[in-house]
Amino acid sequence: MPVFDRKDKSRYTSFTRRSLMLTGGMTAVFAVLAGRLYQLQILDGDQYKTEAEDNRVNQRLIAPPRGRILDRFGVELANNRRNYRVLIVSEQATEGVAAALDAIAKVILLTDAQKKRVLHDVANNKKFVPVPVAENLTWEEFARINMHLPYLSGIQPDVGETRDYPYGTELAHVLGYVAAASPEDMKGSDDPLLSMPGIRIGKRGIEKTYDSEIRGGAGASRVEVNAYGRVIRELSREEGVPGQDVWLTIDRELQSFASQKLAGESAACVVLDVQTGDVLALASSPGYDPNWFNVGITPDEWKGLTTDDHKPLINKALSGAYPPGSTFKPAMALAAVQNGLKDLQVFCTGGLTIGNHQFHCWKKGGHGGVDLKRGIAQSCDVFFYEVARRLGIDKMEAAARAMGLGATTGIEIPGESSGFIPSAAWKEARYGVPWQMGETLVTGIGQGYVLVTPLQLATLAARIASGRAVTPRIAHTVGSRALPRPLPDPLPFSDEALAAVREGMNAVVNEGGTAAGFRITEPGFEMAGKTGTAQVRVITKQEHAGGVRKNASLPWNLRDHGLFISFAPVAAPRYACACIVEHHSDGHPQVQIAHDVLLFAQKRDPLKLRTAYPANAALLAPGESRGRG
Amino acid sequence: MTTRPYAAARRRLSFADKLYEVNWGLVLLIAIIASAGFAMLYSVAGGHLSPWASPQILRFLVGVVILVVVALVDVRVWMSLAYPAYLVSLVLLAAVVVAGHVGLGAQRWITLGPLGLQPSELMKVSLVLALARFLHGKSVEEISKPLNLFIALAMIGIPAVFVVLQPNLGTTLIIVADGVSLLFLAGLSWWWILPALGAVVVAIPTAWQFVLHDYQKQRVLTFLDPESDALGAGWNITQAKIAIGSGGISGKGFLQGTQSRLNFLPEKQTDFIFTNFGEEFGFAGSIALLILFAVVIGYGIQIAMAARSQFARLLAMGITLNFFFYIMINASMVMGLIPVVGIPMPLISYGGSAMLTVMFGFGLLMSVHVHRQVEIPRHSGGII
Repeated sequence: MPVFDRKDKSRYTSFTRRSLMLTGGMTAVFAVLAGRLYQLQILDGDQYKTEAEDNRVNQRLIAPPRGRILDRFGVELANNRRNYRVLIVSEQATEGVAAALDAIAKVILLTDAQKKRVLHDVANNKKFVPVPVAENLTWEEFARINMHLPYLSGIQPDVGETRDYPYGTELAHVLGYVAAASPEDMKGSDDPLLSMPGIRIGKRGIEKTYDSEIRGGAGASRVEVNAYGRVIRELSREEGVPGQDVWLTIDRELQSFASQKLAGESAACVVLDVQTGDVLALASSPGYDPNWFNVGITPDEWKGLTTDDHKPLINKALSGAYPPGSTFKPAMALAAVQNGLKDLQVFCTGGLTIGNHQFHCWKKGGHGGVDLKRGIAQSCDVFFYEVARRLGIDKMEAAARAMGLGATTGIEIPGESSGFIPSAAWKEARYGVPWQMGETLVTGIGQGYVLVTPLQLATLAARIASGRAVTPRIAHTVGSRALPRPLPDPLPFSDEALAAVREGMNAVVNEGGTAAGFRITEPGFEMAGKTGTAQVRVITKQEHAGGVRKNASLPWNLRDHGLFISFAPVAAPRYACACIVEHHSDGHPQVQIAHDVLLFAQKRDPLKLRTAYPANAALLAPGESRGRG
Repeated sequence: MTTRPYAAARRRLSFADKLYEVNWGLVLLIAIIASAGFAMLYSVAGGHLSPWASPQILRFLVGVVILVVVALVDVRVWMSLAYPAYLVSLVLLAAVVVAGHVGLGAQRWITLGPLGLQPSELMKVSLVLALARFLHGKSVEEISKPLNLFIALAMIGIPAVFVVLQPNLGTTLIIVADGVSLLFLAGLSWWWILPALGAVVVAIPTAWQFVLHDYQKQRVLTFLDPESDALGAGWNITQAKIAIGSGGISGKGFLQGTQSRLNFLPEKQTDFIFTNFGEEFGFAGSIALLILFAVVIGYGIQIAMAARSQFARLLAMGITLNFFFYIMINASMVMGLIPVVGIPMPLISYGGSAMLTVMFGFGLLMSVHVHRQVEIPRHSGGII
C-alpha cells in the first residue's frame, strides 16, 4: 500500500472509500446514459426513424398541365402559356412572411389585397409549401425580381403555366374560365390538387363541365430537403396524369364571326348542324375576357361585370329565357297540319274577339284571307289564335315539347335554363285557377307563360329543317374518347307537316314575308326563317287605339326583344340559326345578324371541311398528312 | 529483465525511464476516441476534411505532444505551478468578463496570439491543480475546519462567479462539480456535506428566480417539454433526439446521417456531435464509444488510487472527474436528459481550447502515473 505517513493513512483510506463511492456514481451515470440510448435507439428507434424521414423528405405535388380545349378543326381555344411568377416559402423567409412581402413590394407592384391573400394562403399551408405571391409578371418585372433575389429571403422566382384564352371574349360563354378553388370546391373533393396553392379549376362553361378530365391527376415529387426547406435532390418522381384535351364541335371562325356581329348588343346567336345538333357557334353578347379571372380579377372589373345592365356574365344563349313570340308559330303550325288543319282558312280583320276580350293582330288593318303558308309568312296572329283555339293547350304543349322546348337540351355547358311551356294542369296546380281560353290563344302566338332559350330556338329550327329530334351537342371528344352521338329519332310529325312549315318559313324570307328585306340573294344559299317579337311591357288599350309606340321612342329596357329562327340553304338545309337581340331598336337587327351568319357559314361551309377529332386521326393512313382536309 | 522497473530508480527517473513509464495504452485509447471525433467532423462536413476535421487532427497532434511533455514533467513541478496557474486563469477570466469578445451571445473568448482561448477551459484544470495543492497539506480534520473550508470554497466560488457572469452555465456547473468533488475526496466531514445538500435544494428555486437569465430559464422550460415548441427553442432537443433515435441498433452508416447533413442538427460540429455519431453508428456504436470513455475513466481512477501523494491522487481524480462531467453533461444534454447547457463532448467535439485543455489534463494524469512513486511531504510546496 503506497502510504508513507500515519496521518496520510486515514486520508488515503478515506480517499479510497470516497473514490469508490464516486466510481459507483459514475457507473450509475453510465448505466443511465446506456439506458437512455436503449430507449431512444431501440425502443423508440422506429418512431424516430419515421420522424427523421419526415424531416428529410417532402412530398411536393406536381400540377399536371391542364388539358386544352380545341375546336372541331384543332384550333386551340384554351391552352396554357408560360407564367412568370413569384412564390414564397414561409419557412425560408427568415424575417417573416410580412417582411418578405414588404421587401418584394419595393421591387414589383403588390396590392394590399394580394398581400392579404398571400398571408392567408401561407397560414393555411405547411411551411415548406410554395405560395404564389404574384403571377403573370412581365419579363421586366421577373428580371427585376431575379436581380434583387439575394435580398429577398424565402422568395422563389418560378416559371409555371397559366391558362390562356387566345380568343378572349368571343368564346367566354362557351369555355367559361378557371379561377382559384374556393372552400366549397374543396369540400366535395379529395383531389389533393385542389389544396395546392395557385391551382386553378374550371368555374364556368366547358372548363367547369369537364374540369375533372381537363384538370388531370396530381403528380408527386419526393424531394430531400435540408432544415431550411431547400431541396437537396429529388428522391423519386411520379409524373401526374396530364389533363385531357376536350374537342368541341365549335367552328372557331364562325364563332368569331357571330360574336363580332353581336358586338354592342345584348344578344345571343346559336348555329347548329341541323342533322347532328353539333353546335357550330354559340355566342352571347356582351362577353367578358375569361383571362381576367385567371390573372385575378380586380374589384373594379368585377363591379363593372356585375352592374352592367347588358349582363355580360350571363350566357344568354342558354341561360336567357324569353317569350318566343312569333318564332313559336312554326311549332304550332306543325301541330295544326298534324291535326288536320292543313287547309285552314282564316279571315283576319286585325283582331279576334273571344267573350268580351279583344285579341289583336300585330297588323292593325288585318291580313284578310290567310292560309297556313300566308299565316306563317305574314305572321298573322289571328290565324294562330284560330289554330290555338282549335288545337287546345294540350296538343300545343305536346307539339312544343316534341320540338325541344320546355326542357333543357342537355348541352354540355352548365347553367342551362329549361324555358317553360305551360299546361292546363300546371296552371291549376300553380294558381288553383282553371286554364282559360284566352291563355290558349296568347300561347298560340308565343306569348303569355311561354319561355324559350335561344339554344332551344336553334334546336327548333334544326328540327324543322331536318325532321329529326336533334339535340344540341357542343363537346365531341374528351381525351381520346368520342362522346356517344346516337342518330336522332324522327319527329312525331308527318313529312307533309314539315314540308308545309318549311314552305311557310321560306315564304317569310323569300316570298315577301315579314323578313323579306333580308333575303340571301346568292343562288343556292337562300335561307328560310321566322321572325318574332317579344314584348317586355304591357300595351294598353289606349295605346292600341292610338297606335303602338315605336321602339326607338322607348327607353332601352322597355323595347321589345327581336327574335329570329332560320335555316339554310332552303333546298337542302344544313345550318340552323337562332338569334335574339334584346330590346332592339326598329328594324330587325337579329334577322340581319342571322342573314350574315348563315351566309358566312354556308360560304365557309365548316361541315364540308374535314374535322381534326382524334378519332379521325386514327383513320388516317400512315404518311397521310393531318391537315384540315 | 528485473532491473528496468523503477523500484531501482525510485528517487530519480531518467528521461528514458519516464518515456517508458508513460501509459501508451491510454494514449492509444485517447487517440482512438479522438479518431472517432475526426470521422464525425468529416461526416458532418458532408464528407470533407475541411472545415473541421483537418484543423482538429492538427490540434490533436499538438495535444499529444503537450500530453507527453506534461507527463514527463515531475508532478512536483506541477504542484509548484498550481497557484500561479490558478491566478493567471483568474486574471484571464476577469479580463474576459471586462473586455471579452462576444461569441454566441456570451463573452467567453479572449484572443491570445493566433488562437481564441477560453479562460474558463484553463480554469477547470487550474482549479483542480490549485485545490489539489491546497488540500494536499490538510488532514481530514483540518479540511473540515471553517477557515480551510472557507478558503477552498472561495477558490471554487470566485472563478465560478466569473464564469457564470460570462454567462456560461455549463462550465460553471463543471467548475463547481470539480471543486466540490475534490473537497469530498479530501475527506470533508459529512456534517458539512449533508446540510449543504439541503441548502442546495432550497437554493434552486431562488436561483431560478434571481440568477438565471431568461434564455437559461427558457432552456430549462423547453427541456421539460421540448415538443411544446418543436420549431422554436425545443428544436435543438427534438432534432437531437430524432438524430440519435433514428440511428436504431446499427445506425445509418458512416456518412449516411441525414439529420446533420441536412442541417437539422444545431451546432452539429460542436456540442451536438454525439447525435451524429448515434445516428450513423446506432446503439452499437454509441455504447462502444461510452465503453471507451468508461475505460479511460477507469484508467484515471486506477492512476489516482496508485499515486503515493495526496496531491497526485486528488489531481488525477480531479482530472478524471472533470473528463467524466464533460461526458455526462454533454451526453445527457443531447439525449434530452438535462437542459441544453453548451458543453462539448471531450475529444470528439470541434474546438481548439477544449481539445488542448483536455489533452493538457491527460498530460497531468499521465504525469501522476509516471511519477506515482514520488512521495511528497504533507507540508511541502513542490520543488520550484
